[in-house]
This record gives sequence, structure tokens and C-alpha cells, in this order.
Amino acid sequence: MNAIDWRRAIRIGLVLGVAVLIASVIGMVQTFDERDMIEDILTLGQLLLFAPAVYAGYSAAGKSEERRVAAPPLLAGLLAGLLTGVPAVLLVGLAGWWTTIRDYFVNVSPQLIDILTFGRGALQGSLMLLAVMAVLGLIGAAIHLIPARVRRPLVNATLITLIFSLFSDVPLNIANQFLPRDIVRRFFPTKGVTQLAAVIVFALSLAIALWWEFSGRTRRQQRMATITAEQRRRNSLIVLAVSAVLLLVLPSILGTFLTNVMTQVGTFILMALGLNIVVGFAGLLDLGYVAFFAVGAYVTALLTSTGDLGLGINFWIAMPIGVLAAVFFGIFLGIPVLRLRGDYLAIVTLGFGEIIRVLVRSDLLKPIIGGAQGILDVGRPSIGPLTLVTPQHYYYLLLAACLLALFVSWRLRDGRAGRQWMAVREDEDVAEAVGINLVGTKLLAFAIGAGFAGLSGAIFGSRVGSVFPNSFELLISINVLAIIIVGGVGSLPGVILGAFVLVGLPELLREFVEFRLLIYGILLIVMMLVRPEGLWPSAVRRREMHADEESPPSVAELEAPRHEATQPMV
Amino acid sequence: MTAMLEINDVHAYYGKIHALKGISLNVEQGEIVTLIGGNGAGKTTTLRTICALMRPTSGFVKLNGEDLNKYKPSQLAAKGVAMVPEGRGVFSRMTVLENLEMGAFHRKDKAGIAEDIERVYALFPRLKERHGQVSGTLSGGEQQMLAMGRAMMSRPSLLLLDEPSMGLAPVLVEAIFSTVEEINRQGTTILLVEQNALMALQIAGRGYVLQTGEIVLSDNAKSLQRNAMVQKVYLGVE
Ligand SMILES: Nc1ncnc2c1ncn2[C@@H]1O[C@H](COP(=O)(O)OP(=O)(O)OP(=O)(O)O)[C@@H](O)[C@H]1O
Ligand SMILES: [Mg+2]
Repeated sequence: MNAIDWRRAIRIGLVLGVAVLIASVIGMVQTFDERDMIEDILTLGQLLLFAPAVYAGYSAAGKSEERRVAAPPLLAGLLAGLLTGVPAVLLVGLAGWWTTIRDYFVNVSPQLIDILTFGRGALQGSLMLLAVMAVLGLIGAAIHLIPARVRRPLVNATLITLIFSLFSDVPLNIANQFLPRDIVRRFFPTKGVTQLAAVIVFALSLAIALWWEFSGRTRRQQRMATITAEQRRRNSLIVLAVSAVLLLVLPSILGTFLTNVMTQVGTFILMALGLNIVVGFAGLLDLGYVAFFAVGAYVTALLTSTGDLGLGINFWIAMPIGVLAAVFFGIFLGIPVLRLRGDYLAIVTLGFGEIIRVLVRSDLLKPIIGGAQGILDVGRPSIGPLTLVTPQHYYYLLLAACLLALFVSWRLRDGRAGRQWMAVREDEDVAEAVGINLVGTKLLAFAIGAGFAGLSGAIFGSRVGSVFPNSFELLISINVLAIIIVGGVGSLPGVILGAFVLVGLPELLREFVEFRLLIYGILLIVMMLVRPEGLWPSAVRRREMHADEESPPSVAELEAPRHEATQPMV
Repeated sequence: MTAMLEINDVHAYYGKIHALKGISLNVEQGEIVTLIGGNGAGKTTTLRTICALMRPTSGFVKLNGEDLNKYKPSQLAAKGVAMVPEGRGVFSRMTVLENLEMGAFHRKDKAGIAEDIERVYALFPRLKERHGQVSGTLSGGEQQMLAMGRAMMSRPSLLLLDEPSMGLAPVLVEAIFSTVEEINRQGTTILLVEQNALMALQIAGRGYVLQTGEIVLSDNAKSLQRNAMVQKVYLGVE
């Protein structure tokens, strides 16, 4: 009857404790502490400190099947929570005893110790920290005791409230568009949200989640069961129309700051859609993708700039030339490189990306493309009398470009080219045996991918108004690749979602930019462990990753193509 | 009359490894010809040379009198040559039906393709049952059937099979081989590469024995079955 795995509880507690310790020592806790989430109650730093204890308690108690007796799981949670605090307390002790510790660990500052000990001094504070962590572990374990139908809404509402207060910039900026200042202030202090706002959000989301749990879900299922094809088509039309209107009015809802973030996201969506064709559809690992972005940006900038280096040509003429230049570079690089397979291709493209960056920065080409000083006064597009200047204007330009890229990707994927890419990705010899030209197929992917990146670069240069070598680092290539992986390789909605998560969210957390890569790395590792197929995987990818747990595919899925194939027989 | 497939004094190398040391063989229209030999004899290499996946350093490969060397591998399907590679070449992420459709990639006649899908299903009823299954999850035998069905979808006049019996249970091997005979009866010429000489010589009309890159024997299947050397080395008869 005692199914508690104590060793597991201890292990979880200590592992998370060490994680907390590392987060403290590298300065994360202190930096995050400056970000308020809920005024006077919770900072992001405290969340970083406390959430592991709750999670430790939750998962230490979670394994036991025997729930009739509540005490052992609760105790395991308490223990795990307590242990989560131990390494941090040891750090406090060490800092008190070894006064020059800061010479070695610069981030172990008095402020950090203050945060860890609630400003109560080493001894009293340490005991308090342990007590708090233990109680949090206990709370985490107690979550299991709540009946499932209440637990789920409760957990969801808590998460929503935390996310809302962490990304409070979004509701704040929207509220600023519509509400007078003094009302907005009541909900949003300088950072985070007020207690009032937190309570409202929590109550609202809890109410909705409870409603969903107790009646909404079943009602929806009933509706879905009785729905006709006609109604379904109408529903999706309505959804489409609403999203179209929403996309069009979005800049006036979001305000300038958020619209600017959106243009940044759009730039990356465009690039990621292009790389998705190369990596996701054709399976060619390209690590120098930023080179095509650079070519598009530089060519367009040189042609349109009104500065010393530029020709001052109209943007609408220059942009297609920039895109074509990128496509040309894609083919030019592709011809020698596409005979290589897998890892070799990755290395060669990586090198190519670096060559472009070095060339652009070099003194040799400085008279032509400006070297490290870059190109200034890049031309802006105009439509009739209107010249595009503000983020709002560029939002619409990028929206159009993204929709175009999305449409092209979608048509290619479902067409003959998509089949060709898929076949080549799986078995090159067999693909050739059925009559697919390998080099042509790969070049097509490379060229289109490069074209999207070139388009993105062309708009980017014009939006920013200048082009510098620094904008085209290796990191951009990696960033775009990470977007695809996190979103779901080969999945169009996944790529868009990935761009919002990996480009949009960091823009909202600018003050933590020094930890960005660390968080990236952790996120990627967690993704690979928990959801290797990505946040929004493509159908093909999903069935591949879960082939072992697959039930025979649904009839509807199969009938469509079969039907078409057999028709001429009758 | 010229042979359908004519291979004449072909040499091929992998780097410094001299894998084919002057191979010559013929396949006439309508025949089943088998090429038998042990591991590393050069059987797969011979097929790769026919499919232009490898270029011979000297010698030629002709199909109906036309040199195949000037074509890209991807052009051979349209010439009527189909290959089922060693170890089941199927597109494992595609469904059975999608694999069959890929087999007809170079063809444009929709009605004919649909007809051929039914023909393949008639040859391999198992594939029909499993038409929606992702082919990576098929059993080894089913994958072999699918690879053969996929090859048939290009309406080949010459079908190249590389060790279709590899890793299959004896019952299944028998089933596969009788299907090969059936395919041949329906008018496709077959070059069958096998280590399983016993089975291969039962359905083939003629055979060649390949050893370390050289043809050491060639005769009709009946005589090869009785040949002392073949019996000893390939049929395990003492
Ligand atoms: N890619 C390669 N690189 C180098 N050597 C190779 C390569 N492929 C085959 N060889 C060598 O060429 C020779 C012939 O190989 P081949 O694959 O044609 O044999 P096989 O008759 O098909 O054998 P098996 O019955 O085992 O498939 C062998 O010695 C093999 O080691
Ligand atoms: Mg072989």
C-alpha cells in the first residue's frame, strides 16, 4: 500500500534544487527579480525560485497509484520541496562564510542573498526559505488530491494568470489604445499587473475553464457530431472572414510598439517559410540560410539607397531584383553543393553563410557595399502618394508577403513538387528509379527557399532604413532553424507559431536578452524530450513520430484519394 | 535478333576496388534470367550499372540496342526499366497507395494509372487491404511486395529485382517467386538477382553465376541446377 518512491522524491528535489542554484549563481534570479509580475506579490525571479518547488512536490507525489491514504504522497511532496531549497540555502551559507566569493561568482551579490532570504538575514532567512519551499512542495503534492474536474480548470487558470502577468505588455498596449490613462493604470503598473487585474483574470479564466469542463466540452462534441458538411464549410468560411478582418485591423488594436514586434515576427515568418521548404519539405539541412537574406537586403538597399553608394531606384523595381538575386545565389550555391548529402551539405552551407558575412564586412568590397559602415538611407516603397514609413505600413507589406509565401508553400506542398521533395528526402535512389531528377528537385527547393529569404531581406532593409553586416550573423540562420524545429518541421501553421514563440515572445522580454540563448537551448532540449514533432506538427510528421502507437488510419482519410484512383475503372 | 538487355565486358570500380571485372550477359525479351552469387560478388553493382546509378569505366550496357549510359538514372523509368533495390526500397513515410502512385511518377495517363493500381492489387491482395497504411509500418514481406508493386506501376518492359527473398520466411519467398512468374507471364522481362539459388533456378529459364566480379558460369537453369560446382557452393548439396 505504500507505493511512494522515496528515492525518486529525493532525486527530483535535488535535481530541481541544483537547477535553482545554477539559476541563482548565473544571475538569472536577480535579473528576473526586477520584473514584477503581480504588483507587491510576485516577481519573475520569485517564480523562478518557487515554481520548481511546486513542480517537485507535484511530480514526487504523482507516481504513486495508491491515493486512498493521502499522507505518504503529501510527505513525499514536502520532502521534495524542502530539498529543492537546500542547495540555495547552502549557497547563502557559503556566501556568508566565504566573503570573497564574488571574485569568482560575480553574480552572488548581496541583492541575490537578500532575495533568497527574504531580506531577513542569513539564519532566519534560510529557515524561512526552507519552510516556504517545503510548503510549496506540499501544495504541489496536494494538487493530486483535488478531483480532476476541478484540478484541470484550477491549474489552467493559474497558468493563464501567470502568462498574462508575464506578458502584460500585450494587454497593456491594447488597453492604451482604447481606455483612458488613469483606468489603465489601475490594472497595469509600470511592469506586470496589479493585484486587482490578477484577481480578475484568474476569476474569469477559472469561470470559463470550469464552464468548459462541466458543460462546454460535451456540448461542443454534440454539436460536432451532428454538424453537416454544409455547416462545416460555412463555419470555416466565417472563421476565415473573421481572421481576415482581424489581420487587417490588427495594427490599430495593437498600437505602435506591438505592431513593431509584429513586423519583426513577420520578417522571420517569411524566412522560416522559405527554410521550411528547404529543410522541412526537401530535407536538405542548410545552415547558411542567412546568406540569402543578406543578398536580398543588400541588393535592394544598394539599388534604392539615396546615399553615396546607392542608385536611388524605385523600391518596387529593386525588390524583385533583390529577390531574383537571392534566387540566383541559391542556384549558384546549389549546383556544386547539392551533390553532397546530409552532414556535408550542412557544413558547406554553414561555410557559405560565413563567407558572405565576411565579404560584406571586408575592406575589399567597402567602396561598393560600405563595409562595416553598411548602407544608409535605404529607399522606402510608396503606394500612390503614400510612402511607407511607420511600423503599421510595413505590417501590411509584410502581411501581404507572408500570405503570398504561405500560399506558394501550400500549393507546392500539395502538388507534384511536394511529392518529389518527399520522395527525395526518403530515398534518393528509389526516387531516381521512379523518374525523379534529383538535382532539379533539390535546386527547386533551394531556389524558392532563397527567394523567400531574399524577399524578407529586401523588406527588412527598407523597414530598418539601413543595412549593416551585423544584421546577418550565423545566429539568424540558427534562429530560423530553431523556429522550424520548435514549430514543427514541414508544418506551415507550425512555422508561424514557432516564429511567434521564438521571435515575438523574446521581444516582449527584452530586458533578459543576455539569457536569451540559454533559454533557447533549454527550450530546444525540453522540446526534443517532450514533443520532438514540434508544437504544431504536420500530419506526415505526426504519423511518423507516433507510428508505433498508430491505429489504422480513419476511413475518411483513406477514401478520398482511393476513390479518385478507382473511378476510371467503373 | 538483338537481346533486350545486353551487357558487354563491363568494368566498374568503387574507388580502387575493382567490383566488376568484365561482365557480359544478355537477357532476351520475355525471359526470366537469374544472376546468382555469394556476398560481395558484385550482383548489386551490376544492377546499379544497368540503372546508370554507376558508370562503367569500360564496356557498355544496351537496352534494345540503345546505350543506356548516356541517360540519367531518372530517365530510365521512361525507357521501361524498373528496379526494386536490395532491402526494399519503399518511401516509408508515405502510405501504400501513395507509394504506388509515386511508381507512376513519370506517367500522365490518369486512367491507365488507376488501372495499373488495380492490377497491382490483384497481384498482391495484401496491399489492397493495407492501402492506407504508412508503409514504414508494413512487415518485411509486405514491404517487398510494395516495392515490387511500385516498380510495376511504371509499366516496365524490364524489371530488375535485387534479392527479393532476403530475410523472408520460406512460405513468403515461395509466394513472392510465384508472383514474379505471374508478372513474367503478363509480359515483363525479368532479371532476378539472388543468393537463394535453389528458388531462383526453379523459376528462371537461364542463369549466370557471379564470383568476385566475374561471370564464372552461364547456362540454362536446368543444367545449372545439376552443375556440381553450383550444387556444392549455392545449393548446399554435398
Ligand atoms: N559503396 C561502396 N563503396 C565501396 N565498395 C563497395 C561499395 N558497394 C559495394 N562495394 C564492394 O563492391 C563489391 C561488390 O558489392 P555488391 O554490393 O555488388 O555485392 P553483392 O553481390 O550485391 O552482395 P550481397 O549479396 O551481399 O548484396 C564488394 O566487395 C563490396 O564490398
Ligand atoms: Mg547486393
